[in-house]
Amino acid sequence: MTIHTIATQQSTAVLEATDVVKVLGSGAGQVSALKGVSLSLAPGELTLLMGPSGSGKTTLLSVLGCMMTPTKGSVRICGHSTKGAGPEELAKLRRDHIGYVFQSYHLFPTLNALDNVRLALDVRGEHGAAAVARAKGALATVGLAHKLKSYPRQLSGGEQQRVAIARAIVGKAAAILADEPTAALDSQNGHAIMEVLARIAEDPTRAVLVVTHDPRIVPFAKRIVRIEDGCIVGEERSGAQQGEQHSTIEQRDVDDERGVVVKRKWMQR
Amino acid sequence: MAKPFAMSSLAFKLAQRNLFHDRLRLVATVVGIVFSIVLVTVQLGLYFGFGRMVTTMVDHASGDLWIIPAGAKSFEDPSPLDERNRFAALSVNGVFDVTAVVIGFAEWRLPGGGTTPVFVVGSDVRAPGLHPWNVVAGSTDALAIPTTVAVDQTYFERLGVKGLGATAEIRDQKVEVAVITKGIRSFTTTPYVFTSLDRARAYTGTAANKAAFFLVHLAPKANVSSVQKRLQANLTDVEVLTQAEFRERSRTFWLFDTGAGAALFAGALLGVIVGTVIVAQTLYSSTKDHINEFATLRAIGSSGRYIHQVIIWQALLNAVIGFTIAASIGYVIVDQTAESALPIVMTPALTIGLFALTVFMCVTSAIAAIIKVMRIDPAMVFTQ
Repeated sequence: MTIHTIATQQSTAVLEATDVVKVLGSGAGQVSALKGVSLSLAPGELTLLMGPSGSGKTTLLSVLGCMMTPTKGSVRICGHSTKGAGPEELAKLRRDHIGYVFQSYHLFPTLNALDNVRLALDVRGEHGAAAVARAKGALATVGLAHKLKSYPRQLSGGEQQRVAIARAIVGKAAAILADEPTAALDSQNGHAIMEVLARIAEDPTRAVLVVTHDPRIVPFAKRIVRIEDGCIVGEERSGAQQGEQHSTIEQRDVDDERGVVVKRKWMQR
Repeated sequence: MAKPFAMSSLAFKLAQRNLFHDRLRLVATVVGIVFSIVLVTVQLGLYFGFGRMVTTMVDHASGDLWIIPAGAKSFEDPSPLDERNRFAALSVNGVFDVTAVVIGFAEWRLPGGGTTPVFVVGSDVRAPGLHPWNVVAGSTDALAIPTTVAVDQTYFERLGVKGLGATAEIRDQKVEVAVITKGIRSFTTTPYVFTSLDRARAYTGTAANKAAFFLVHLAPKANVSSVQKRLQANLTDVEVLTQAEFRERSRTFWLFDTGAGAALFAGALLGVIVGTVIVAQTLYSSTKDHINEFATLRAIGSSGRYIHQVIIWQALLNAVIGFTIAASIGYVIVDQTAESALPIVMTPALTIGLFALTVFMCVTSAIAAIIKVMRIDPAMVFTQ
């Protein structure tokens, strides 16, 4: 039933996972969360990773985002392998190449929007006026130039998520990984957030991967990767992209009700 | 490259905000530090105060070398030396003069009846020796007059006197207060009574050819060490010590041989332990409360060092706030005990040392929090 996909073989890939196996837990509680997943993210592309709860989305995001090392297989980020990397090396890879956007924002409640964004530069050792200017620029990019001094509690959910996006992009990360970025937002705010992420994905140096359950955001994607039971079971591309990429594809027919909805929305875009 | 503990870094701001975010916990932490440091201050202040007090007589004696009975443990541990030692010492090359000091306990009969013990100190009033200092009334020259004594005003009530001219009896002999001092207190709480050499012998029952110590004054340009060796070679059943050596012997005896110093140190150590545990607990629970933020920091790629900075800044802020309050309380205590039987001493070096101790204590306390935070799985941010 499980169908493994073939990784995109592009030399320009920002993130590349090959035959990744991830086993979580130990003994009787051992679970194979990923069972030989291969996936690559090309720059200038917004990819959706979709799948039911427990399918391995978050584990895959953690492995791709250098929070975990795979049990088997390899992950390369901007050409750097995570193989054998310790916590500090993984942190450096995250710092240098990855920007995260979380479902519940994870902003620092005691810091204002500017400092929350600046923090991503601060951990890179970038302080001072230049860092402040860059943080202001990132907030302007997400439309929050007027909310620099606002604290998270003074911002709406959508605004908080935009601050989180600004934090993710301020360090010029090559890969932006977003975990259910619209899950806590109403449709209007969710739409706005996806517009911001889609705009970021237009940058030819950046790849954006969005993990989601939300079919409403499908129209923003150039590519949809489906995962189930620790395996990638299908991949779809928007029309404009098909034929241009040499990636993938062994696609499983999507015949469930949600899949139909997804296809319809995709066509509408 | 990030400078370690750069103030421009947001790590300081984050630490400060974390600290002040939960004011109740901050208060608990600061109270813990203050309690601990005040306890340490009092214990160490008592230790140094006691250390000073037990050597006060040695410190105020005028003499280059002390001739003491062999094996004497302290100034207050005399056994009579024969006057022949004085003459023998005077014959040693490099010795200019040798003066006797007589000490001993005696009973002071109060004018209104009853007695109280006193510690008599006598030396030749016409020669450099061991004379009262901090004189606030009368003159030490007056001690040349038979029956006159010097007492400290702190002990007026104890001695039943009210000032100059007051009379009492020691060993059924009349004494008259002719000199009053301020601040010459005894750690034994027994009042010191200064008098002339012969009166001291009379009051303590010391024979006319005996003395407790001899103070040696060297001739100009004489070498202390050489003279000390010559004296030691020429005299029997005595020890010849420099002032520093006798001070150290007295201090060591009272502070360590009696266990008094160890008890004070134990109290100080207890203070440090209590403070460390309190700060460690509050820092740990603060870190746990902010665990999501630390996980987020880790997730966005912060190094372990950056996270250490945040926690250590918190610890240092705790230290500064706690020490400032503790030092203020400490100085009030020092001021209030200045006139007491055992004043607490606070010196600039001790203040600096206590601050260093506070910082050490707080930074040590951060270890548990650092261990906790370094075990965070950054992937937990996905599940929160």
